[in-house]
Amino acid sequence: MPAVSKGDGMRGLAVFISDIRNCKSKEAEIKRINKELANIRSKFKGDKALDGYSKKKYVCKLLFIFLLGHDIDFGHMEAVNLLSSNKYTEKQIGYLFISVLVNSNSELIRLINNAIKNDLSSRNPTFMCLALHCIANVGSREMAEAFAGEIPRILVAGDTMDSVKQSAALCLLRLYKASPDLVLMGEWTSRVVHLLNDQHMGVVTAAISLITCLSSKNPDEFKTCVSLAVSRLSRIVSSASTDLQDYTYYFVPAPWLSCKLLRLLQCYPPPEDGAVKGRLVECLETILNKAQEPPKSKKVQHSNAKNAILFEAISLIIHYDSEPNLLVRACNQLGQFLQHRETNLRYLALESMCTLASSEFSHEAVKTHIETVINALKTERDVSVRQRAADLLYAMCDRSNAKQIVAEMLSYLETADYSIREEMVLKVAILAEKYAVDYSWYVDTILNLIRIAGDYVSEEVWYRVIQIVINRDDVQGYAAKTVFEALQAPACHENMVKVGGYILGEFGNLIAGDPRSSPLVQFNLLHSKFHLCSVPTRALLLSAYIKFINLFPETKATIQEVLRSDSQIRNSDVELQQRAVEYLKLSSIASTDVLATVLEEMPPFPERESSILAKLKKKKGPGAVSVELEDGKERGELNGGADRGGEAAIAASNASTPSPSSDLLGLRSAAPVGGPAPSAGSLLVDVFSEAGPAASSTRVNDDGFLSSAPPSAASEDPAPPLPESDELLNKFVCKNNGVLFENQLLQIGIKSEYRQNLGRMYLFYGNKTSVQFVSFTTTVSCPGELQSQLNVQTKPVEPLVEGGAQVQQVINIECLTDFVDAPLLNIKFRYGGALQNITLKLPVTINKFFQPTEMAAADFFQRWKQLSQPQQEAQKIFKASHGMDTEVLKAKLLGLGTALLENVDPNPENYVCAGVIQTKIQQVGCLLRLEPNAQAQPGEQMYRLTLRSSKDTVSQRVCDLLAEQF
Amino acid sequence: MQLKQIRFILIQNRAGKTRLAKWYMQFDDDEKQKLIEEVHAVVTVRDAKHTNFVEFRNFKIIYRRYAGLYFCICVDVTDNNLAYLEGIHNFVEVLNEYFHNVCELDLVFNFYKVYTVVDEMFLAGEIRETSQTKVLKQLLMLQSLE
Repeated sequence: MPAVSKGDGMRGLAVFISDIRNCKSKEAEIKRINKELANIRSKFKGDKALDGYSKKKYVCKLLFIFLLGHDIDFGHMEAVNLLSSNKYTEKQIGYLFISVLVNSNSELIRLINNAIKNDLSSRNPTFMCLALHCIANVGSREMAEAFAGEIPRILVAGDTMDSVKQSAALCLLRLYKASPDLVLMGEWTSRVVHLLNDQHMGVVTAAISLITCLSSKNPDEFKTCVSLAVSRLSRIVSSASTDLQDYTYYFVPAPWLSCKLLRLLQCYPPPEDGAVKGRLVECLETILNKAQEPPKSKKVQHSNAKNAILFEAISLIIHYDSEPNLLVRACNQLGQFLQHRETNLRYLALESMCTLASSEFSHEAVKTHIETVINALKTERDVSVRQRAADLLYAMCDRSNAKQIVAEMLSYLETADYSIREEMVLKVAILAEKYAVDYSWYVDTILNLIRIAGDYVSEEVWYRVIQIVINRDDVQGYAAKTVFEALQAPACHENMVKVGGYILGEFGNLIAGDPRSSPLVQFNLLHSKFHLCSVPTRALLLSAYIKFINLFPETKATIQEVLRSDSQIRNSDVELQQRAVEYLKLSSIASTDVLATVLEEMPPFPERESSILAKLKKKKGPGAVSVELEDGKERGELNGGADRGGEAAIAASNASTPSPSSDLLGLRSAAPVGGPAPSAGSLLVDVFSEAGPAASSTRVNDDGFLSSAPPSAASEDPAPPLPESDELLNKFVCKNNGVLFENQLLQIGIKSEYRQNLGRMYLFYGNKTSVQFVSFTTTVSCPGELQSQLNVQTKPVEPLVEGGAQVQQVINIECLTDFVDAPLLNIKFRYGGALQNITLKLPVTINKFFQPTEMAAADFFQRWKQLSQPQQEAQKIFKASHGMDTEVLKAKLLGLGTALLENVDPNPENYVCAGVIQTKIQQVGCLLRLEPNAQAQPGEQMYRLTLRSSKDTVSQRVCDLLAEQF
Repeated sequence: MQLKQIRFILIQNRAGKTRLAKWYMQFDDDEKQKLIEEVHAVVTVRDAKHTNFVEFRNFKIIYRRYAGLYFCICVDVTDNNLAYLEGIHNFVEVLNEYFHNVCELDLVFNFYKVYTVVDEMFLAGEIRETSQTKVLKQLLMLQSLE
């Protein structure tokens, strides 16, 4: 007998569903639905009170209609009524309706919350679960406000049923994710962590998700979970396949719980306690061993469950990146999977190996699989598997195999799926540049790229080849020869014409000796493409022509003829016409000397981060990570290997946690030492207009810049901060721009902008004298624990500052967690031989990371009350140092970064504000109240300032900062 | 570390009719409809030789086909593919036991019970309970309630 028969319990519903299914057309369905809606409406409006059963049936029909995609604008009240029924089936339908049709109607929310409250306190586990599931499904702020205090109590109470604990844990997780400021774990922390020891595996399975989330936000408070998780994992891993009974899935003990335990451990570094670490390594080894054992079942479920654990274990091994033995074993295991008959496993092995490729311990081991991976790229049927193969080739690429990999990728490009061509092109371009030993190979590769996949070659790619050719004189002749040959093809891609035009315009003279590529031949070749090209390309060609006139005076007449023709000089496109007119005039009037100066060869471009790399990073996460890691590696080695771990970690964490704000400030697209380079203001800006504010280069040529203090200055210790530096810092608490410092020699201006937990600061150093400053260096440092709280990156400035000149420096700031101290800015330079050594505090204060939060009075006071523990509050009573002008006060409070809430405080004299401080690891909600006694005599005027936030250090720091402002 | 969770669960038939949609993230109604259509388009073109995973916007879909029904779970790209693939199967085995040889019509006529099954096994975008015995025991207990 079926456990559940068709629509049992509600015949009317089953009939209605059947009717709908029998409708032959959309119109018939709509008609039937309208009939039903009319019927339900009349029942709800009727005089006769409906019994619970009918109400449930009609609400359920309404829900069905809604799920079919029709709007429902009534029945909410009836659904809410069902919540207070004492019959499970009625209550369930009521809750389901509410969960599916969430409505922010505030009147109803109050009623719903009331019903939930009753069910939570009913001590009936079934009802409690229904209520908790509803909160978990809706997760609104109102619900968080109402229940965030109660649910932890239910979760840890000794008499709570297991199933209720499971629901409570996940319900709390949902509320924490939605409104972290309202969920205060404080006193519950240790009891929640100990749920990892719970006898009921289901409770552990649910609770561990909560613990993982809390640990990733507050690692220190939850760090005791590590040893508990390790021992739990060890018990599971070492149990026989039947020990765990209900929790054994196809002979695999507790696969999902094992995965979650391994995931939790990825929130932490390897355990410090030797015994715990030993036990964990043993677990990981056992998991790797089990992968080699013969399967206990032929079912795919068995191997999938086993491998789910294996892949999670490998993720943890990669996360630790400290156990060479395990890394190599993981790599070998994945190598076996590369040739497995299951497509899923091949795919996952390629994906996982990609991350292994970036570990120094396993990079070589990954490389041994190159042939298999190339084969996968050629033969896999599923494009997503080929994509992973391409990613892996990219990740495993280094100097030793670059030529092979680039060649394979190029040949794959000829037949590659359209969906992945653009990314493949970028990757080829990056690898070609990164591992170019001889640049002729690089030029060949890029021109091949344009030939094979011209449509997918973005501007960044051909800009870049030109930048490199211009900066490297050893390849210029070769480049000119190669583009000349490439342009011979009857049909060549417009991008080829662009590169050809630019390079011949600059370096055509290098091949002009050969009669087969004499100046006129070159010109005619270029001009034969002219008519097929778009306006921007034609404009570029016109510039190439004027350059020809300078390079080869013998072409002057021919070119002037072309410029003079109606199709140029009267071209309907303004840009083309203007160029034709100006170039014609320039060539006619200017003397050879002037012409030679104006049309001089392009100066080298300032080294900057490859714009292609930036584009790839923007485009995609996983592939980009490894390049950044390798960059970190290279830099580390060149600097004697000192910083590599740290830098790589920063690069990796930047890449793996993209934040929505990252593109706005472009901070993350900058390399770790990055900052904007001065834009290349040049004659041919049209070609490089996009490349202006690109970030600094991490290429080899830049190595000299890697330490920001040159050796000459490094011997002199930075001066202690100026006595007035605190005062200067205070000036910038409520504003972002202004003059930070000024003496007789130097003025330092500041402009800064912040977004979420990121900031960018522009410092302007002005030389007030008429004499140059030499050995000008600036260093930003984060003393003490600030190092782990702020991530500050700067780009060095030019060591020479001319008299009267101003240089700019960009500082990128990432707030990892809340902090008190300010970073130090040390400036050293020689002025007339005397060393100047100044240290200031950089005005980066915690309030810069405020996001204003608007809220109504009721919300404000409710939250205010919730933050009532003594350590959450900081208060200061102080004398007013300035007048109590309302507008000035308001401007300062807004400058602080919080929202100034009007009509909240019953006393109109008072000011209240709210905001959330955004740091990388957590968000801290913060409420502020400032109470002036404006009536007092001048001189007697006082303020009381009260700060409340979910973090004591934040309350205290914001309070201290702000108390100096009034 | 990035927090990972289920973004939504969808059960669709080959014609694209939704048999269950469970959302663990805020989407407005139009967006939900768009997601449903996109998932259908992405998943139905794949054959048995393809993987059970497919990239989807900034996420990925882990899916498995049972007769004419596609069971799809949308998760973060770095999440554990096989754990969710078997999560689907575990869920299907529970449905099969509960509805005694489940078929598409069971999900249509008992849509409100399917939600209960989902909530027992997945909650707040996380796996809540994995033991089939425990889930079925609970479901039968609820079934016996008036």
